Amino acid sequence: MAEVKVYGIFAGPFNRRVELALKLKGVEYEYIEEDRSNKSAELVKYNPIYKQVPVLVHNGKPICESLIILEYIDETWQAIAPLLPKDPYQRAMAHFLARLIDEKFVMAKYKVCYGKGEEKEKGRGETCEVLKYLDNELQDKIFFGGDNIGFVDIVASYVALWFGAIQEAIGVELLTKQKFPKLSKWIDEFLSCRIIMENLPPRETLVPLYKAQFEAATQKASS
Amino acid sequence: MENDKVILLDFWASMLGLRLRVALAEKEIEYEYKEEDSASNIKSPLLLKMNPIHKKVPVLIHNGKPVCESFIALEYIDEVWKDKAPLLPTDPYERAQARFWADYIDKLYENFGRKIWSTKGEVQEGAKKGLIDSLKLLEQAALGDKLYFGGESFGFADIALIGIYSWFYALEIFGNFSIEAECPKLDAWDKRCKLRESVSKSLPDPHKIYELLLELKKTYGLE
Repeated sequence: MAEVKVYGIFAGPFNRRVELALKLKGVEYEYIEEDRSNKSAELVKYNPIYKQVPVLVHNGKPICESLIILEYIDETWQAIAPLLPKDPYQRAMAHFLARLIDEKFVMAKYKVCYGKGEEKEKGRGETCEVLKYLDNELQDKIFFGGDNIGFVDIVASYVALWFGAIQEAIGVELLTKQKFPKLSKWIDEFLSCRIIMENLPPRETLVPLYKAQFEAATQKASS
Repeated sequence: MENDKVILLDFWASMLGLRLRVALAEKEIEYEYKEEDSASNIKSPLLLKMNPIHKKVPVLIHNGKPVCESFIALEYIDEVWKDKAPLLPTDPYERAQARFWADYIDKLYENFGRKIWSTKGEVQEGAKKGLIDSLKLLEQAALGDKLYFGGESFGFADIALIGIYSWFYALEIFGNFSIEAECPKLDAWDKRCKLRESVSKSLPDPHKIYELLLELKKTYGLE
């Protein structure tokens, strides 16, 4: 009997995207909540190299790293809700956008939050550069995946929800309707989808977490 | 494929570009090679047009459309030219494993390799240890007693590592250590890969890599 488990943390953007993919495809799974300060023996067994969430375990075999897990889910449960396009070039573009978010955008956001002076400014510039790129990529589509939620939409949930919470927590406003109209419209559309609302943590729970994180880091830096 | 125009925008010393050269050779794809001088700070108009956001090689240009980032381009090549020399296995779990190890391999240069030639003292020693420990893990967990990372066939993870391996001669001199002595199975794997024409014809001269890094050390005052 097929058995699927997901190891994650409540506020974790990377494991939530794995759960979204499984929910979109109607795959049942068992969710295990991890405590980052006290990792379970199973997590360490299934992800001995990085010892972090998310991990997907399918029939006892672990898959790690969220983008790799998403592709595995799409390749294993092909019949329902395909996440990636069939055309090789469109697939390459989807991967490019996903990495842009996970690498350049995440790093830039880090500079905005914790960088000083020139580094902070550079972070702001790079954040807006990625947001502009995403805004252009949307064109007239409802979702990055076209008419349906796809791979890039799932990955970009980080921009829609978590980045929004971070902005509120640290008091910056880089992602505005004025500067990024298409992206803002996509965010509204995406976050109001029932499957998204039911499977992502409420923004009100994320803002205090990020506020606390930011304050702790700022205090540590000045002590 | 008829009427296919493939251009590879690359830099002779690029460990990432080397991956694409090997893949194109494995699949016997004809292409035009265009050299980009990544050692200078001048970016060609073609590079800026084809990779405006990262401005880096390699870029695969297929019938005028750019595919950036080496792993994305490798998968694209594998999907478009699927009839010869498959780079990824067909089973989704095996594919996830190949992608996982390729991703692990990719971190080796950024985390350790770069510091081995560009730093000294404690930082350099730390980087050397980090690289050796990581390679030993790779040897034990990913390669084992197999011919290649994927088993009997040369594939994705092998191509990922062979790119970085081309820089090891230079790193060994700068760091005054021997990877062969520490990782004999990987060394045997490296020699096995070099027997393949796709690899031997694509590899840059390791002495020239060493000379390039010497020059870069001078340019950036890292002596």
